[in-house]
Amino acid sequence: MKEQLPVLVVVVPLLTAPLLVLLRAPAAVRILSLLAAAASTAAAVTLALTVEAPISYHLGGWPPPIGIEYRVTQATAFVLALVTTIATFSLLLGARGTRSEVTNGRTHLFYAAFLLCLAGLLGMVVTGDAFNVFVFLEISSLSTYALVAMGRRRRAFTAALNYLILGTIGGTFVLIGIGLLFQMTGTLNALDIARHMTQAEVGGTRTVQVAFAFLVVGFGIKLAVFPLHQWLPNAYAESPSAVSSFLAGTATKVIYFQTMRALLVLFGASYVFGTLRFGLFLGVLSLLGMFAGSLAAIYQTSLKRLLAYSSIGQVGYLTLALSFGSEAGTYAGLLHMGAHAITKTALFVVAAAIVSGVGTDRIDALAGLGKRLPLCAFAFVLGGLGLIGVPGTAGFVSKWALLEAALADGHLGYAAALLLSSLLAVVYVWRVVEVMYFRQPPPDAPAARGLRGYDWGALGPALVLMVASILLGVWSSPITGYVRTAATQLFRGGL
Amino acid sequence: MELLITVTLFAFLIWMAVVIGRQRDLFSASMLTGIFSLICAGLFTVMDAVDVAFTEAAVGAGISTVLFLATLALTDERERRPEHTPLAAIGVVALTGAALVYGTLDMPAYGDPSAPVHTGVARHYMERSWDEIGLPNIVTGVLASYRGFDTFGELGVIFTAGIGVSLLLSAGTPELTPGAPPPPPKSRAPYVREMPILRTVSKALMPYILLFALYVQAHGDFGPGGGFQAGVIFTAALILYGLIWGPSAVEAFARRRLVERATAVGLLIYGGVGVTTLTLGHSFLDYSALSPEHPQHGQHWGIFVVELGVGITVSAVMLVIYYVFASRPKKDVSPMRQPLPLLGGACVGDVSTEDAEADS
Repeated sequence: MKEQLPVLVVVVPLLTAPLLVLLRAPAAVRILSLLAAAASTAAAVTLALTVEAPISYHLGGWPPPIGIEYRVTQATAFVLALVTTIATFSLLLGARGTRSEVTNGRTHLFYAAFLLCLAGLLGMVVTGDAFNVFVFLEISSLSTYALVAMGRRRRAFTAALNYLILGTIGGTFVLIGIGLLFQMTGTLNALDIARHMTQAEVGGTRTVQVAFAFLVVGFGIKLAVFPLHQWLPNAYAESPSAVSSFLAGTATKVIYFQTMRALLVLFGASYVFGTLRFGLFLGVLSLLGMFAGSLAAIYQTSLKRLLAYSSIGQVGYLTLALSFGSEAGTYAGLLHMGAHAITKTALFVVAAAIVSGVGTDRIDALAGLGKRLPLCAFAFVLGGLGLIGVPGTAGFVSKWALLEAALADGHLGYAAALLLSSLLAVVYVWRVVEVMYFRQPPPDAPAARGLRGYDWGALGPALVLMVASILLGVWSSPITGYVRTAATQLFRGGL
Repeated sequence: MELLITVTLFAFLIWMAVVIGRQRDLFSASMLTGIFSLICAGLFTVMDAVDVAFTEAAVGAGISTVLFLATLALTDERERRPEHTPLAAIGVVALTGAALVYGTLDMPAYGDPSAPVHTGVARHYMERSWDEIGLPNIVTGVLASYRGFDTFGELGVIFTAGIGVSLLLSAGTPELTPGAPPPPPKSRAPYVREMPILRTVSKALMPYILLFALYVQAHGDFGPGGGFQAGVIFTAALILYGLIWGPSAVEAFARRRLVERATAVGLLIYGGVGVTTLTLGHSFLDYSALSPEHPQHGQHWGIFVVELGVGITVSAVMLVIYYVFASRPKKDVSPMRQPLPLLGGACVGDVSTEDAEADS
């Protein structure tokens, strides 16, 4: 059984989805999807705790490169555990914030799409095969478009359509890139491609340069790197609560992991950062994203949009870490990916709890929330501190690693920009905190209703995630040690 | 001679792309995309990729054209003229095209036997698949066994597409309220009466198309074909029937709830094979586990069953998408414009009772 875990992580949610369609009964569907996500989480966490040497699982019994290989390393197991955990917490939110017809006879389709999205993301992480990445990218993308459109307002349709068009272009670019690589190497296995790439008659060709460009732009769209980020704010803000908290913690993170693997494994750090000098270009885009995202977040009037724009800024941190092209940068990137995934998911779950209590996520409607729903307001403050990177939170540990990586390579400008953009985070978090604690609640607002006034289905998971992010910040050495080995492996081309 | 055909087909393809891009009439554009796909299928045939050509012809020229038309019946037939020329977009497209051309400069020549695509894994498939799998059609061996997990994933993509379309469009359809009385039987579309040739031909062709679909399904091991193409052909036949006789005629044959379940059943059959091999102690989708003494037999069995799963899900998803489109309430159509008479049921609402009575 244990040797089957790599495939079970993906197959359990993937095969539960059709079961839900057969089952249909809403209550059973909810329980079964939660069980599937929990089972997948258990498998992923077991893998993460036990993996030492890379595990190679041969799908169909065919050894790579003849067949498709699943490859579990510490890096992949870390991302698998992260994604499955966040999915389970998001699923606890259920069908909050969906269109009424979803809860009326379409519940099974909503949950099936959710599990398909999860399976797609997991499949991309665990596979060691370049084309298999594309297949599972398609599964996760298609289901995401449908899920985003299930948001309460009609604007969700426009958001989903925009995301669909841009995402499809991104997916097509990825496919073209993979096709060109296949043409030059004759193989689809990632490690095998990497081996071929070191030969001058392959690695030095213009075809490989174009493949690199298409892969980077394709992933760049799905990752929401600065000029390609327009789809993200609406997609996050308009989608149902469970979807926005799930996407915020996983979708861009999994694509970031793919980008890391494409740059460090498929093409190799020496090609990307040496021959192509891609580091400076990516670094500048990252800076622009950090500032554009954080500045836009300051001017938002709705909580979910504020969080979405803050995500664009955070993607800037992630790509900045990658642009250093160093082992320390890879470590900082992986660590910040994990820290931000937990923090941002927690914040979107808090937003869901607030919407349940207040009925809207407009920021000016949150006046006096510190008195009306003190636990919600407190949870938001904790999450906000993590977003800024205040010591004692997971966000601090990862930002510190980022700063160290910048200074280690002598990038003083980048280090200064990091600090400056963190100040912007202070501004946009403070704006909300100020409204919550220092403005009088509207006279017609209902008074505090004690503990029973909360939507515990949302606040419970939020508080657990917040506590986890604080614990990881205070007691970080086990996780940083783990991520450091994972980063070393990844940076040396170990997939 | 082959060069001449290739050049002609490519010239047609480019011409067609330009025409489609400039076309404002979306109805014409949809029909032209069908021709575009057909030319692609021709090119694939010239390249000896008959399996791909087959799929392209069935999906690109067949089903997707029908789905485009179904969308037009719900929305509008004419594209609004953009207020300004999209110069930036044209620039980006030109740049992308230029990048692709730049990338071809170092490509190995087409058909070069020493090119990596022929010396890499493809070589193993060509030389060893007869011993390892034992199917005359190597493409089926690669798709269903060597890279069977990719095909499983692709089936997942199709299933996801069906779920997505159902989630997006099926709100407000009569199917939504469980236990409600079935909608009254819809009258036949008005034009059926006027088109005796279509009526006769559609009925006469039906058994042959369905039989051909089954043949393609079963023959995929030996020649071009397989579950994917078979599923599309099967559903194409049903949609053809629906276009002439109205969707309710198809629904009488394949109930919507049943078809919705079938989308899941196909995927479960495919995955079930994987779970079976897994419980037998082998890897996921390692068909050899099904017959330990004769691994080849196991491969044949496995491929047969997963292809069946592919056929079921593909055909059911296509049909579900057609149902969802056909059962959407129509937008208000101005009296000046006739609705498209292509969706069968799309026009049912326009039939006056007089017409319906005369018809019956």
